[in-house]
Amino acid sequence: MEESIDKKKLLKTMMRIRAVEEKIAKEYSQQKMRCPTHLSIGQEAVPSAISFCINKNDFAVSTHRGHAHYLAKGGDLKAMIAEIYGKETGCSKGKGGSMHLIDTNVGFMGTSAIVGNSIPVGVGLALSCKLKKSDQISVVYLGDGAVEEGVFYESLNFAILKNLRVLFVCENNLYSVYSSLDVRQPKHRKIVSIAKGIGAKAEQCDGNNIEECLKVCTYAISTMRKEGGPFFIEFATYRHREHCGPNFDNDIGYRTLKEFETWKLKDPISNYQNRLLKEGSCSKKDFQYFAKEIDDEIEEAFEFAENSNFPLKSEAFKGVYS
Amino acid sequence: MRLIKYSEAINEGICEAMNSDKSIICFGLGTTDPKAIFSTTVGLEEKFGSERVFDMPTSENAMTGIAIGASMNGIKAIMTHQRLDFFLLAMDQLVNNAAKAHYMFGGALSIPITIRLIIGRGWGQGPTHSQNLQAWFAHIPGLKVVMPSTPSDAKSLLISSIFDPNPVVFLEHRWLHNSLGDVKKGLIKKKIGECNVLKNGKDITIICMSYLTIEAIKASNYLEVKGISCEVIDLSSIKPIDWDSIFYSVKKTGRILACDTGFTTCSVAGEIIARVSIELFDKLKAKPLRLAMPDVPEPTSFGLTKGFYIGAGDIARKCLAIFDHKTDNESDILPEPVPHDIPGDWFKGPF
Ligand SMILES: Cc1ncc(C[n+]2csc(CCOP(=O)(O)OP(=O)(O)O)c2C)c(N)n1
Ligand SMILES: [Mg+2]
Repeated sequence: MEESIDKKKLLKTMMRIRAVEEKIAKEYSQQKMRCPTHLSIGQEAVPSAISFCINKNDFAVSTHRGHAHYLAKGGDLKAMIAEIYGKETGCSKGKGGSMHLIDTNVGFMGTSAIVGNSIPVGVGLALSCKLKKSDQISVVYLGDGAVEEGVFYESLNFAILKNLRVLFVCENNLYSVYSSLDVRQPKHRKIVSIAKGIGAKAEQCDGNNIEECLKVCTYAISTMRKEGGPFFIEFATYRHREHCGPNFDNDIGYRTLKEFETWKLKDPISNYQNRLLKEGSCSKKDFQYFAKEIDDEIEEAFEFAENSNFPLKSEAFKGVYS
Repeated sequence: MRLIKYSEAINEGICEAMNSDKSIICFGLGTTDPKAIFSTTVGLEEKFGSERVFDMPTSENAMTGIAIGASMNGIKAIMTHQRLDFFLLAMDQLVNNAAKAHYMFGGALSIPITIRLIIGRGWGQGPTHSQNLQAWFAHIPGLKVVMPSTPSDAKSLLISSIFDPNPVVFLEHRWLHNSLGDVKKGLIKKKIGECNVLKNGKDITIICMSYLTIEAIKASNYLEVKGISCEVIDLSSIKPIDWDSIFYSVKKTGRILACDTGFTTCSVAGEIIARVSIELFDKLKAKPLRLAMPDVPEPTSFGLTKGFYIGAGDIARKCLAIFDHKTDNESDILPEPVPHDIPGDWFKGPF
């Protein structure tokens, strides 16, 4: 299996997400992206790995921190940037913003600004697949904070009960806003053990090591396709920037610079680049080439967003009912 | 005069209450983090210790029930959520438990909890970070609902809410947090259920709440110049509501415009219009008017929120129309500030 992985493509998927997020961070101070925006910088490996083991017709739902998930599922980049700019060409026509991304063409069924809100929706999508006798799976992205909501337990319970193909992807970045796990969950109890305790197949994985992620996800998804039923994976990860917004926030005092630097050393992208260099499967030239290709695509997307129109004011009053 | 910010007034209110009563606890996601819920909970943990002031899991429904349970045994809880919308997960505990317990158990229990909810607006807060659901809460027997618009009311009503033996939903508008006002020191209280007559007038009664109070005052100043004398009533308490003062005022002016930060259908303003029409039908010199937010979720886009919010200009136009005032360039009256989606330079987003 080692040999058959397209390592370059894996790397490029992560690099693309990172570059999009960094461009948003860079441009945010222009005050044209006027909505709460939660960046995934540092958390690119998990969705990138997943994108390699699922199909276009599989479903995914996600959270307020959903840019990476949307892009990894194949969501339209231009439509996402335009949405953050509030333009009529945005994926939600400007009604939703950064926290409400959707691209039904690729099975990305929406992100939610309410913690835990999309978890049962992902389970419902899996239920629909079962009813339609399809082996599609549904990916539910959630954070470590969402595990504290009752709806998480209720949804996982139902998914197990009905043997639904839901991949629960818990990106544990240690924080819910500025509240660390210490003040929210018991010490030494792992989130993965909760899922196991409820009766789900569950694994833990280093969310910074993309090949590790790929291995665990491939196993989980092939198990799900074969046997049905949900699978829960807890990924250890870390967001580099502030909870909401484009800046770094290590100065405000909720986490130490030392902690930040320790995790920064585990950065999924630079580590993978180093590894590929060492293995000889990629050269620095390759990186530059990828970066250039990605940058061109991103430039075009931002230009598209900038040049798109705001929706007409009258649009605000339309579309309340279908 | 001692001018302090609305957010500081909230902080003072909690401090004074906690100082005077050891049974009070204060919690909510972010309560002890460096941003301290828009600075409203700053320093509390240092002053009162981590047993009484603490952060919490992202578990709104359970934590509401936990506050209810603790309150059955003599604890008074203040719980805060950074957006009202997040608290919607706790409607079961609020509506089926907190609101009912006293009645349902024949008076054997009281539930003295205070739930601070912050209402968002602008900078793309969008459909699920901006809802003004005071009417929902007011609809439920057993709940009290307050919506202070000044720093002084914020402090005094918060203290009264904390010491009230009933569950109180305390609604703060994010755009008011930086507003300044004269606030007395000490453990000051204001009766829940009393409005503020902010301005005396004889031609029309304008009723408003929360952030709209600022807009109503602007409108009334403009209308004064046009020869229309407005009586401005800031509700301050939504439930119980100060019917006596409202009726007294409308009897005097014979006209009413009820404004509301919430959606139009089933709004508090709608209730006011209904009651006024029923009680004072023969005293009205003109048809009663209502101005509430459209029955549409708040969109996110900067382009779509332009002109979306009702404000001073809308209030003024409604009043002018009732007096058949013809003005040139009606649409230019009291235009919304540019940019329209922030309350001032202090607010740079994103939250
Ligand atoms: C029900 C609810 N409670 C609180 C919030 C405020 N909030 C926004 S993002 C967030 C963090 C949630 O943490 P986690 O699930 O770990 O996701 P992360 O931000 O770390 O990706 C919180 C608490 C919310 N949006 N919804
Ligand atoms: Mg987290």
